[in-house]
Amino acid sequence: MVSLSQIAARRGVLGGIVLAGALAVSSLSARAADDTVFIPNVVELSGAGAVSGTNWRDGITLAVEEINAAGGILGKKLNVPHLDTQSDASIARAQVQKVMDDKPYVILGPVFSGSVLVTMALAQQNEIAEIVGGEAAAITQRGNAFVFRTSFGQQFSMPKIANYIRDGLKAKSVAVLWVNNDFGKGGRDNFTKEMQARDIKVVADISTESGQVDFAADVVKLKAANADAVFVYTNEEESARFLKEARKQSLKGALIGETTLLSQKVIELAGEAANGVRGHVGLSSDAPVPALATFAEKFKKRFNYANDHNGIKGYVAVYAIKHVTEKIGKFDSKAFAEALHGMTITPDKTPGILMEATWDKNGDIDRASFLGEVVAGKQKIVEVLPKLNK
Amino acid sequence: MASFLQLLVSGLATGAIYALVAVGFSLLWQTSQTINFAQGEFVMVPAFFVLVAMHTLGLPFWLAAIVGIATAALVLGVLFKRIIVDQMLRHGVLPLVVSTIALSLFMREAVKDFYSAQAQPFPSLVADRDITLFGVVFSAQSLALLVVAVAIVAALHIFLQHTRFGRMMQATAQNPTVARILGIDVERMILTTFLVNAVLCAIASILISPIYLAKFTNGETLGLAAFVAAIIGGFNQARGAMAGGILLGVLDNLCAAYMSAQYRSAVPLILLVLFILFRPQGLMGRVEERTV
Repeated sequence: MVSLSQIAARRGVLGGIVLAGALAVSSLSARAADDTVFIPNVVELSGAGAVSGTNWRDGITLAVEEINAAGGILGKKLNVPHLDTQSDASIARAQVQKVMDDKPYVILGPVFSGSVLVTMALAQQNEIAEIVGGEAAAITQRGNAFVFRTSFGQQFSMPKIANYIRDGLKAKSVAVLWVNNDFGKGGRDNFTKEMQARDIKVVADISTESGQVDFAADVVKLKAANADAVFVYTNEEESARFLKEARKQSLKGALIGETTLLSQKVIELAGEAANGVRGHVGLSSDAPVPALATFAEKFKKRFNYANDHNGIKGYVAVYAIKHVTEKIGKFDSKAFAEALHGMTITPDKTPGILMEATWDKNGDIDRASFLGEVVAGKQKIVEVLPKLNK
Repeated sequence: MASFLQLLVSGLATGAIYALVAVGFSLLWQTSQTINFAQGEFVMVPAFFVLVAMHTLGLPFWLAAIVGIATAALVLGVLFKRIIVDQMLRHGVLPLVVSTIALSLFMREAVKDFYSAQAQPFPSLVADRDITLFGVVFSAQSLALLVVAVAIVAALHIFLQHTRFGRMMQATAQNPTVARILGIDVERMILTTFLVNAVLCAIASILISPIYLAKFTNGETLGLAAFVAAIIGGFNQARGAMAGGILLGVLDNLCAAYMSAQYRSAVPLILLVLFILFRPQGLMGRVEERTV
């Protein structure tokens, strides 16, 4: 017969084993955690932003694999889980909130400006740097010392495209088609401001919806406007659908874009309808920069598709983290943010940065950019534009 | 005037696609009292059957399209009926409705995981050429889409109204018990309806995907539009569903052009509410009496 004291003793032994096991597991995971640095990537892997987010994720993956294979950063391997925002700002915020519990060193993403705008305050409260793919001007105009871009903000790219419309195309009137989200609204506001400053008349101002599939009515309105040029500022999939409809209805006038309209994915999706599109490109694998071409080859080999600018943005973001961390010599989120402001990273010191880049006091990036045109289903760079502050 | 004509043609082309899908809704309801809430996904999936046939099996587009339609007939017609409808319908319409909603989610997520969340380019049946009619420039693609969709809907109408097999299908739809007494193979008629629906969805998929691009979310837009089209046209009349689809496509385009793009997605829902309130049987439908 087993007495109560024996049962209690057995339970004690069992409890001790369980406790010891738990401690062993937690010490193992603590050791594992010591060996890695947590840099979550919160990004659009489904929904309207899937094209941008997937490219961004794969650019990051490529950089992480390279860095980890070379020993990591300061001896620690990068632990970069990818969390899907579903292109929804509220989900993006929830994902960032979730990763905060595990004390990230830096947060990567999101790419959609609307999602960036709702997550960056959270990162600021926790004093964690956030490297984002969003281009809305408002992102870096809110005095948040913890947000950084890897692409041009609209306040930098729109003057470049406006100059091209005035000097290159000599257009007197322009129609604007923009997507009704934070990215599109910010772009449209900056673009129309730049048009007014150059005395170019905006004869049609057409907003479309994110994820819109039917552009027939929009193209009819653009045809009626009869502008010298049509400026298209929508996300990749909508851009491709618009170009197909524009081709279908034989829309006349130069089709001008800023980065997305000329991106590799849009060219692939729109096919022949993309031919003739012109505009400003912040980053391009077709640019006359050998490092970008090498990156494109590696990307294609690894993921079996051609990258767009978002792939480059993601790749550069991880190498910027590597450079800054090695510079400050520790994993300190606050020190990271302080150091990146005003820093210039050059490819001779950090080849993964691909092109010389400078981050200003607001977290905006400055580097060379390009004017491009789609010719026979390929993006052709026609001019290299220097850094703004050079 | 030119703009209006252009909008009209674009609206008719889109509406014809809605009509194809809406007719499927209506046929399924008439023959088997089945409301298929995965109907939008039934249009989305065949495009991926075609892409798989092209990219994995290396088939040319026209052959891949045939394979896509055949696969859709098998999977979305026969298997859907045997595995889901036959099993669930014996428990009532509500479990079947819930099952088709679950099926739509499953199909969406499965395509996303299997093929990626990104939109895929899809070849067009027609070469990229312009045709000028009445001083307005139309693309051959737009006109072909309209012609093919209208021809299929018309052929289906003739099949249902003027062939012995079509009349047997209609008899089954109107009263399966009497149809059985008259010696009609009711099960065969119902299975044929599911096959017809799957083929219509596959054709709609092949017609619409070059414009919408092949993407796992396409079914959401098309399914809702076709459902509303079927209701406003008359859920129990195939020709009503056709009319509803075309009306919706035209109104959608006119609203986006002359009112606002932001409100275009509200148009189907406003129409739906108005019809339910003032003409629940739809434009061409007949009032169904409840039997006790």
